[in-house]
Amino acid sequence: MFEVFSFGSSGWGDEMLMGALMTVLVSASSLLLGILIGIIFAACKLSNIFILKIIANTYTTIIRGIPELLVIYLLFFGGSGAVMYIAKIFGYDGYIELNAFTIGTIAVGAISGAYSTEVIRGAVNSVHKGQFEAGKTLGLNGYGFYGRVIFPQVARIALPGIGNVWQITLKDTALISVTGLVEIMRQSRIAAGSTHEPFIFYTAAIILYLVITRLSNILFDKAENTYSKGFVSKGVL
Amino acid sequence: MRFELMYESFFKIIEGIPLTLQVVSISTALGLVLAIIVALMRISGRKSMSIPAYYFVYLIRGTPLLLQLYFVYYGLGQFSFIRESILWPILKEPYWCGIITLTISTGAYSSEIIRGGILSVSKNFIEASGALGLNKIKTFLLITLPITVRQALPAYGNELILMVKASSLISIITLMEITGIARTIISKTYAPVEIFLVAGSIYLIINFIIVLAVGLAERKFGTVKAN
Repeated sequence: MFEVFSFGSSGWGDEMLMGALMTVLVSASSLLLGILIGIIFAACKLSNIFILKIIANTYTTIIRGIPELLVIYLLFFGGSGAVMYIAKIFGYDGYIELNAFTIGTIAVGAISGAYSTEVIRGAVNSVHKGQFEAGKTLGLNGYGFYGRVIFPQVARIALPGIGNVWQITLKDTALISVTGLVEIMRQSRIAAGSTHEPFIFYTAAIILYLVITRLSNILFDKAENTYSKGFVSKGVL
Repeated sequence: MRFELMYESFFKIIEGIPLTLQVVSISTALGLVLAIIVALMRISGRKSMSIPAYYFVYLIRGTPLLLQLYFVYYGLGQFSFIRESILWPILKEPYWCGIITLTISTGAYSSEIIRGGILSVSKNFIEASGALGLNKIKTFLLITLPITVRQALPAYGNELILMVKASSLISIITLMEITGIARTIISKTYAPVEIFLVAGSIYLIINFIIVLAVGLAERKFGTVKAN
């Protein structure tokens, strides 16, 4: 029963592990892109400029109200077209095709970004107002203010939320298997089709996802502890 | 922007709304029953009950819905004993596979919401109810349950929206609901932006109605002071 998971050309063991690696890679790059988007849109939401608030609120409402699959279809079918359109403005007329990894990262990153926006906005809001005032009073600005005073506090509060976003992002990457990127989901479909053993390969995929979830939970717990040093109460649990 | 195409495809895509709503409402109703059972198992205090419930929730929350769907739709059909069982007429239909998967998924997620709701009911209420001579079942039905419903409503509203979004996945196992029809039109017309706007707006409207309905329900049930 387990010979289908042997390594090398006869079995699917190495292919499945490569698929798991691809899932981790695309999830990690989507999470990073999402955090970047989250920082930008959280800044928009917290700003006093009306139009920026509207843009940020529209973005998060749309992403949270529309199925992820539709967003992925939009970018999968429309992504190359949009890039070519922008390239045309800059005078490039050739054909550009984005690969499945890039499209997947952008699509899942855009979804993940909406959740990160809310997490980061909440974290900035819960930093004590006195910290901002004290930073300004000390004459700090730029890196000194945001990098040394605000960021460490926001990061500590946002970390558990980002951990949740990571779990959502990890599961959302399963959807980009429909665009042809060979990650766990796609690989187990291919293997299930060619061996006629769907049950065993989908079970293997379930185990791989649970292992990744478990390991990343441990990492996030460690990071939370590191960032919470100096705080007496480490929250619940 | 091809507005004529958007207009035409709107009437095609809304034909998928009944299937989306049907699948969502059936699996939400079944899932709620499952969620209550799982939540009660988890807080029962008996290890033989709470440990299986814990791992069930862990398994479902730790894996993508698409994988669960493939597992039920393709994975189970591999075994001849399932193909020969009385369940096969149900398990061979993508419609029922979709409902089963969504039921299990929302059952696991909602059980956590319900568990939180039950645990948030103040001990004082339970003690007061005991002092008034109500037995355990009556306490649960008359005191714990109404307060739980009120506490769990906002989170459950989110879960309903997630269910509407999740139902789009059944288009992958050939069911022609909103996303399925949208996808077909995209591959025929190659107009992803236009179709996305149409299908996306339909989803936004459905979810907006859910938000309004949950808001009304919250007001109807009033507020509960936890302590």
